[in-house]
Amino acid sequence: MTLAQIFFLLVALVMLFSALKVVTVRNLIHAALWLVVTLFGVAVLFAMLDAGFLAVVQVMVYIGAIAILFIFAVMLTRRDASEQGAPLNPNWPVSALIALVTFGGLAWLLRAWQGLPESAAALPAGVDALRALGEALVSPQAFALPFEVASVLLVAALVGAVYVAYGRK
Amino acid sequence: MIPLSWYLFLSAALFSVGVFGVLARRNAVAILLAIELMLNAVNINLVAFWRYLTPTQMSGQVFAIIVLAVAAAEVAVGLALVISVYRRRQTAVADELDLLKW
Amino acid sequence: MSIWSDPIAFIGSWLENLLVGWGLSLDLVQVLIAALGVVVLITALMVFDILLVWIERKVVARFQDRLGPNRVGPFGIFQPFADVLKLITKEDITPRGAEKFLYNLAPILSLLSVLLLWAVVPLAPTILGVDLNVALVYLVAAGALGTLAIIMAGWASNNKYALLGAFRQVAAMIAYEIPMVVALLIPTVLAGTMGMKGVVEAQRVWFVVLSPLGMLVFLISAVAELGRAPFDLNEAESEIVAGFHIEYSGMKFGLFYAGELLHAFTFGALIGILFFGGWKWPLPFGDRYALIGLVNVVIKGMFFYWVIMWIRYTVMRIRIDHMLYFSWKFLTPFSLAVLMVTALVHSLMRQAPYPLYVLSLFLANVLIAWVTIEILRRYSHQERVRLVGAAVQRN
Repeated sequence: MTLAQIFFLLVALVMLFSALKVVTVRNLIHAALWLVVTLFGVAVLFAMLDAGFLAVVQVMVYIGAIAILFIFAVMLTRRDASEQGAPLNPNWPVSALIALVTFGGLAWLLRAWQGLPESAAALPAGVDALRALGEALVSPQAFALPFEVASVLLVAALVGAVYVAYGRK
Repeated sequence: MIPLSWYLFLSAALFSVGVFGVLARRNAVAILLAIELMLNAVNINLVAFWRYLTPTQMSGQVFAIIVLAVAAAEVAVGLALVISVYRRRQTAVADELDLLKW
Repeated sequence: MSIWSDPIAFIGSWLENLLVGWGLSLDLVQVLIAALGVVVLITALMVFDILLVWIERKVVARFQDRLGPNRVGPFGIFQPFADVLKLITKEDITPRGAEKFLYNLAPILSLLSVLLLWAVVPLAPTILGVDLNVALVYLVAAGALGTLAIIMAGWASNNKYALLGAFRQVAAMIAYEIPMVVALLIPTVLAGTMGMKGVVEAQRVWFVVLSPLGMLVFLISAVAELGRAPFDLNEAESEIVAGFHIEYSGMKFGLFYAGELLHAFTFGALIGILFFGGWKWPLPFGDRYALIGLVNVVIKGMFFYWVIMWIRYTVMRIRIDHMLYFSWKFLTPFSLAVLMVTALVHSLMRQAPYPLYVLSLFLANVLIAWVTIEILRRYSHQERVRLVGAAVQRN
């Protein structure tokens, strides 16, 4: 087992542990902070996959914006300081079963799937992946239209969010 | 070198945890948190496939970025809805929002 | 490779040879040397931070027509050591009802978010942690950790003032992050890279000439990001006592304080690097000798740190809603306009002779400034008519 593999397993363990914490802890602020740990793990994985830009954007968007948004929302929607009642609804064993079946099915599929590469393909030499990504995002032959649609979606969502959450006086 | 299947297994596990969270949590904000887990699991898959199978084409990274944008939009709208509902019904617990069940 | 042009690599290879000679494996030695580099950089920064305490106090005093610390040592230069001693010996309180773990984690994370920035700050062509090709986005991402630390501190303190301060600070940081990112995109567009080294190397003429407005936007949003006056609503004494660090005492407060000072200097250095040529200077040898570059960056950083202090101690605090309006309604659209015009002029004039290119970018900036001032004047005239008219009607 190489150093990289041990590191990957450590990161994966931390991520799974914190993900389980996200879905089980009673206090929602803690859940949001555990989510931050998981998402940071995702950023580490991106960095390991040579997607530096995505890793940095992951930290910026998820930790800098989305996690903060969650914390604000939790603070705005609770009756008192400590979360009351059970964190899980009564039929959570069924949910656990469904989740296990989902994982089992996916794992079975992955086991059955032959020809998954053991090691990554070599990165093309002399090509700046960041430049390639930028060009792919704005070139009309590639992804300019989906990219613009995504930005329109974002604007629409933000306007909608402001409209829905705006307290009328 | 790390086999691709490790990333896929991790992503599957993360996705399943997210599924559990969406189904089992009572609080609407917590459900949104679990949805974030699922979206991130998908992103790991996309980037891992990009790196291992087609590092010359940027499709995987581009899709990951679009998923990121969609996640941001979803969080903004979702949390706005939760706050709006909370303002009217004084609760953010999904089970108690049962007006349509009457 | 000589010690003058690349001292870090020189010392590094010397150490490597030495340790390999002692019989250690090459991989281990490289890891050790990298770790040693981190330790040295952080130690140097923290020692420098102690000096910053003295500088800050001395400069404040001058702005406020006082003398400042002048008892301990010559010019009071040993005052910060006395301060540190006092902070260390002070009782370390964790308030009852606080979230112990998060409460203690917050100051560490706060300082960490500042130290992380230095991983990509180039002090000279050869003295930089790592030449990341996404360094400018990395800066914002590291700042995001600072935001998280503040909300953690505010929430974990179990104190309403702390929570209010954290809310204000986070609202401000999120609001001003957008103009900051846009302002960071301007050097990116001009240099064609997001790496800090590339940005400095692309500055044949300092970027402040090509985009003075971008520099201004960056300076304003940096002051807001730092939470310094006129944007220090997070610790407005008259309203919320001390803001998010109200419950912190002793060295935990010290970490916040050290982080804040170092953050201010870091932003000063960043302004110097992104808009004022970094290690370059008008005289020769700037690129050749690493030490000259280092001194250049530190002097530029100090100057802009002083500018930030100057703003802090002369401009009065503005109201929180005004602050947020200023970002969302003025600075964000303004910075977007500057970015678009800069990108347009840059791509149109890129093939033109260099002096013409510089001149056209500068004139474009002047034009934007003029149009903006004109619009603002119209708007303020309207507002005045509206308000004065209302007052007349009331009487």
